[in-house]
This record gives sequence, C-alpha cells and structure tokens, in this order.
Amino acid sequence: MAAISREEVAHLARLSRLAVTEEELDRFAGQLDVILQSVARVGEVAAEDIPPTSHSVPLTNVYRDDVPTPSLTQDEALSGAPDAYEGRFRVPRILDEEA
Amino acid sequence: MSDLTRLSAADLASRIAKREVSAVEVATAHLDRIAAVDERVHAFLHVDREGALAAAKRVDDGEITGPLAGVPIAVKDVLTTKGIPTTAASKILEGWKPPYDATIVERLKNAGMPILGKTNMDEFAMGSSTEYSAYGPTNNPWDLGRIPGGSGGGSAAALAAYEAPLAIGTDTGGSIRQPGAVTGTVGAKPTYGGTSRYGLIAFSSSLDTPGPCGRTVEDTALLHAVIAGHDPRDSTSIQQAVPDVVAAARLGATGDLTGVKLGLVKEFAGDGSEPGVAAAFRESLEALVKLGAEVVEVSCPNFQYALPAYYLIAPSECSSNLARFDGVRYGLRSGDDGSRSLEEVMSLTRDEGFGPEVKRRIILGTYALSSGYYDAYYGQAQKVRTLITRDFQSAFEQVDVLVSPTTPFVAFPFGSRTSDPYQMYLADLFTIPTNLYGGPAISVPCGLAEGLPVGFQIMAPTMADDRMYRVAAALESAVGTFTPPAL
Repeated sequence: MAAISREEVAHLARLSRLAVTEEELDRFAGQLDVILQSVARVGEVAAEDIPPTSHSVPLTNVYRDDVPTPSLTQDEALSGAPDAYEGRFRVPRILDEEA
Repeated sequence: MSDLTRLSAADLASRIAKREVSAVEVATAHLDRIAAVDERVHAFLHVDREGALAAAKRVDDGEITGPLAGVPIAVKDVLTTKGIPTTAASKILEGWKPPYDATIVERLKNAGMPILGKTNMDEFAMGSSTEYSAYGPTNNPWDLGRIPGGSGGGSAAALAAYEAPLAIGTDTGGSIRQPGAVTGTVGAKPTYGGTSRYGLIAFSSSLDTPGPCGRTVEDTALLHAVIAGHDPRDSTSIQQAVPDVVAAARLGATGDLTGVKLGLVKEFAGDGSEPGVAAAFRESLEALVKLGAEVVEVSCPNFQYALPAYYLIAPSECSSNLARFDGVRYGLRSGDDGSRSLEEVMSLTRDEGFGPEVKRRIILGTYALSSGYYDAYYGQAQKVRTLITRDFQSAFEQVDVLVSPTTPFVAFPFGSRTSDPYQMYLADLFTIPTNLYGGPAISVPCGLAEGLPVGFQIMAPTMADDRMYRVAAALESAVGTFTPPAL
C-alpha cells in the first residue's frame, strides 16, 4: 500500500506554497512514496523513554549585551527586493484573497 | 600551465611571505587556469577577477600578513559575499547580491585570502552530485563524464582541477566529505558549532557546518584554523578554544600513530561498498596499523537508522528554513501581473524558483511536521538522533577515532542516480551519523579504484578535531596524494 497518496502530496504542496503542476504531482507522489517507506524505518527503534535531540550543542538562551551596533541601511535591506516602494517592500494585494 | 597552481597552500603562503612570488602573480595564475579549464569543469558559478586581484594587491602592499595571506580561495555559493552574486545554485536567487559578508568570508578577507569566485553546488546544498544545480552540473576532473560529488562538488572540483589551492564547503550530511572522496581531495567537517553559520544560507540549521577543503591535510588544517572559532552572531557557536589542528596535522605527518586506537564500526561492514572502495579502505587500514595504530571493532547498533532519521530531520528543517523565499525581500518574483494575490504569487514564485529535489524535500518535511505524523516521523527521528549520539559516546570510550570509507561508491556517471532519489541518498550512508551527533570528520584520499579516487573517513569526538587531522596526515604520509589526468 502506498504510504502517501497523490491527493496528500497536492495538499502538502498547497501548504508549502508550491504551485506544482499536474506532471510534477504525478512524479513526486511516486518518488515520495519510495522515500517515505524507507525513512519509516525509524519506527522500528524502541525509543519510548528516549529524550529527543533537536540539536547537538546543549545551549539554551544565548544572550548578548543589549548594545546597539550598526546594521544594514534601509537601502541595503531593500537592495535585493523584487519590488520596493517609498522605502518599503511592495507586495501583491493581501486582502480579499478568498474573493 | 603555470607551476604556481600546482603548489600547496602552505608552500604558496611561505613563498609569498618571503616575497619570492607576489600574491598578485599567484591570484593571476589561478584566474588564468580558471579561464583555461572551467568551461569544461564548470566548478565556478561566478568568478571575481577584479576583487581577487585587489585583495592580492593589499597583501603585496604589506597591509595584511598571516599564515595564509595571499593564498587564493574558492567559496561555495551558499555563503554570502557582499556585492558578489550568491545563488545557492538556485534560480530563486539568480542575480542576488547580498548586502553583507558571511562570518567565514569576513575571516578569509581579514586573513588576506583573495576570493577567486563562487563554486557550484546542488541547489541549496541538497544532493550528492551537483546534478541538482539550477545552472548545470560540475564535471569531475578525473573523468568529465562523472559527478564530482555533492553538494559541494564545485569546491572539490576546483581543487582537483588546480583552479584553486583551497576552498570552503558546507557539510549537512556529507557535502564536504563525499565530494572530497570522489575527487581525490581532502575535506573536513568541523565540530558543529565550531565554525560560524552566520551568512550561510540555511538548509538544516541543526546540522549545517561550514568547513575547509584542500589538496593536502596540512593545507586543510591551516584553513580550518583561519575560519574556526566563536562568533557572537551565531547563537549555536561554541565558546571554546579551537583545537590546534595545524600542530596535529604536522604531528601526524611524522608517520607515528603508536597508541592510537581506530574504531571499526561493525554495522558498516556489510553495507554495500563497491569492492574497489572496500579494498582501498582495507589496504589503508593496514597502512595505519604499520604506523603503530591499533584497530578495535566497535558496535554502533543505531547507525543503521541514521539515514532514515536524517531524511526526516533535514527535510523538516528545510521546509521551515526555505519559507523565507517568498518573492518579497529578495530573489525571484513570478506571476505578479496585478491580478493575483500575494499567496498566488508566492506559490508561483516558489514553483518556478525551486528545482525538483528542493520541492521534494519541502513537501517531505511539511509531511513529517504535520500534526498526526509529527510523533511518528520527526519526533521519532529526534529520539533516534539521541541513540546515535550515545553510540558515538560509548564508542569513543573505547577508541580515539572511528574510521570508514567516506562514501560507498566512486564517482558515478551523470544521470545514473537521478531517477530514483533514494539511490542518491545512499551516497551519504557513512557520512550522516557524524552530522546527527555533531562531531568532526574528515575525508582523505586513500587510493584508487578503477582509476577513480577513494576517500577514507576519520570521525572524532566533538571538539577533538585535532585527532582526525593527526590520523589523516599519517595516512597521507603513508599513501601519498593522487593527481588526476591532465585536463
């Protein structure tokens, strides 16, 4: 049985903001199924009482002194933007998305 | 060909310091070499002739001195370089000129190392062959019809083609070591947190580690010393002194390993290395024993789950990290014709800008992090990560370092593993456990199989990077270095 369906892949692509084509969906669904069946092997390990590791360096809450230092200028920060307007990032409309 | 491109970095640095040769002459020789051969190798995505020569001139003018002053270097295109295009080999960042330097790049500049250019890679460092670069693959200088490894195939190929004496790579699951292995060059993954990630375009933040690449172990150690050390701009940077890797490499080069215990991982034994790779590895192990090392078999029962755990953890982190490519702040924007919403434009931009492997991993990571699947996949993979770390810790109670082949196979022909993505993942079988644990590991050339280079991997405990350099230099002193056929 497949570990993941074409419909699930389409749903995940939407969640990931990837406007994949029908052809991509066909291809990815099969490939992801193979990958998922392989990685599912982690489930074979008895690990109920094992704490998870998110990170190999056991550091928490690394602080620095709250001293202002120079950062990017507004022009520098906007220098790579596909569209800028009056010193700001300009984006397509965000209201009425459902309309 | 100019002889200058054949010299080691250590030799070049010494000649430049003694003013036997100028830094500008050295940079020019390498830039000319790039101009002569890179059309065939395609190691570089961008060459900065002007910037490299200006940096070299500052060394000649006496403005900068240091152990590698004047030695040119190639930088993987995943590290930001101020004003110089940085793409991560993705279409989504085509033409982007970052407004700041990565810490690693800043340290190279402060050390007086002219940056020749930016090297090719698999898109966002996801791959083992450079075939996933949006700008076409790099060709292995040993055989132009074969892959140079990945993701850092451009950096490794630049070394093997004598286009640069040193290079910077990044290693998330083997992206420094596997290219080193298949191009007959040296590649070191430092302890995680030992080198700064500031300015490294993030793929999997808990695993990404920048590191040095060279043609000799000593050169690689010299570069390691230049780039490593605490950086307040990276919150996961370790606040400890960097082990003296240069001294360790020089000690190893004396060829004495008396009392050093090498651990052979029992569970790696049956794991499908090509016969030529297995043979070169065995012969190298015998060479190390002749130098006084002792071989001890150790068991790391959870290593067999490293590959599955990695391919859940890394895609999960990547799905989150790559959310920043939204067509707003930098890079590509697609389909913005005034009629479409932000979400539609974002989705079109990301579909056009990302290649297939990146999309696969984003989707896989989104799946593994979904509620309902989180515990079974991402959560379980994190627990396996703990068990793999414990395997390393218990092994290092018995031995000084662990050894294995770097990758199960020699450079493969283009196209032979792209149709089945999981076949590509197997290239990282021996390199991935170290990334999950966070320790350092190095690949050093150890022989040839069917005329192609084989890499020998040495893994050490966290913050004991010096140990792997000692063993690597000893092996190099026993087996020598390997030169590809003339291009």
